Amino acid sequence: MRNIIAFIRQFFNFFLFLVLMGISLGILINYNQTYQAVFSNIANEATGKVGAQYNSVEYYFRLKKTNEALVAENAELRGLLKQSFEGPDTSSVIKIDSLLKDTLGRVRKFQFLSAKVVNNDISDQNNYITLYRGSKQGVTTDMGVIGPQGIVGRVILVSNNYCRVMSLLNRNTKVSAMTKNGFYTGLADWDGKDPRYITLHNIPKSAKVKIGDSILTSNLSGSFPPGIMVGTVAAIQGDPGSGFYELKIKTSTDFYSLQYAYLVDNVIWAEQKQLEAKTPKEK
Amino acid sequence: MSSLLKNIFRFILFIVVQVYILNKVPPVHQFVKPYIYFLFILWLPFNMNRAGQMFVAFIFGLTFDYFSGTPGLHTMPCVFIAYLRPFLLNLLIPQETTQLSFAEPSVKSMGWASYGTYVLILTFLHIALLVFIEWMEFGDFVFFIGKVTATTALSLILIFIAEMLFPRQGKHRTNVA
Repeated sequence: MRNIIAFIRQFFNFFLFLVLMGISLGILINYNQTYQAVFSNIANEATGKVGAQYNSVEYYFRLKKTNEALVAENAELRGLLKQSFEGPDTSSVIKIDSLLKDTLGRVRKFQFLSAKVVNNDISDQNNYITLYRGSKQGVTTDMGVIGPQGIVGRVILVSNNYCRVMSLLNRNTKVSAMTKNGFYTGLADWDGKDPRYITLHNIPKSAKVKIGDSILTSNLSGSFPPGIMVGTVAAIQGDPGSGFYELKIKTSTDFYSLQYAYLVDNVIWAEQKQLEAKTPKEK
Repeated sequence: MSSLLKNIFRFILFIVVQVYILNKVPPVHQFVKPYIYFLFILWLPFNMNRAGQMFVAFIFGLTFDYFSGTPGLHTMPCVFIAYLRPFLLNLLIPQETTQLSFAEPSVKSMGWASYGTYVLILTFLHIALLVFIEWMEFGDFVFFIGKVTATTALSLILIFIAEMLFPRQGKHRTNVA
């Protein structure tokens, strides 16, 4: 016993080194899986506050770009107003029963919550964004995040007032997306190389895709409303081994100057997931 | 300024500079990322014991990780260079004279050649381990080599600039009250 203690004392530094390395490795590995509420809450709140302070300065320098993005979005939304369209038959009057739409809460599928971006990485392999909205404002994990120009990411951690978003520019992100022309659905992810481009897989070669085509979120991605802009096709690469295209997509969101985002709450997703969980599994 | 106060100040300064300035630089190329935060560990005083150095490096790395949102990723390389630092210093400097009369590693206390070697080796090891952990799950050898080389080179330039801009007086330890 004495020998063991003497041995440990002699190599104390080496053991300490191994222990500290082990702890770091443990934190690193567990982060994506079991990173639990207590710890994340404290760390998130503290770093989030500092991030907000920093952002109040940075925000000033990006005002112009932010304004442009918001104005562009306003213009797009105005284009969708009823006044902008003329019905084929002007004798019929469309009336919207607002009661049915709002208070029953059944018709509405998606709810939007605006949020300020307080921290945003772009230069790592796995990038994360912090938003100034948390569980007190009704944010839950797995909510989708979209920006004025297109999709941004998905919520992975929530504290009282902040939430952490896995950016589209993250190795672990996978988004179901489709081509606007023809509705071919594939899976989009990021290869970690250039923050301006992501890759869309599994588009059949029968699809007629051109450079510049729009890519939208598909009906299959529960976190996002269908039809939200993901990006435009920048290059078409054929995989010689299979019958599928790999499309290089330029993201429509400018991650460099992102200042505002919307959290998307799929109100009836829980019901859908519950139903899907009941599907009998093959044995 | 006492050594403790100076190092607390540096602790905050390096994290702020790395998180809010260097991490915000738009990436020029996927290989190139500016890192300078680990200079804090290279500048720790000589007379700290090894366990203390590793603890400080651990806390430093973890703090930085929480700001950059990647817990554990930078902590491991920080602890690693803190562990190797004393070995390297023992090899590079005449112990009796330097460690007794100077407070911390610098150009003045070690000379250009020794200090340069010291910084080069630890920077390379730090970044190699960092990129290795980062790329372990992706496994592309060309990226590993390319990123280590390019990032090490950029870090060395940044450290060189930092040394030029903020020359530290190689204070004699015995003269400080």
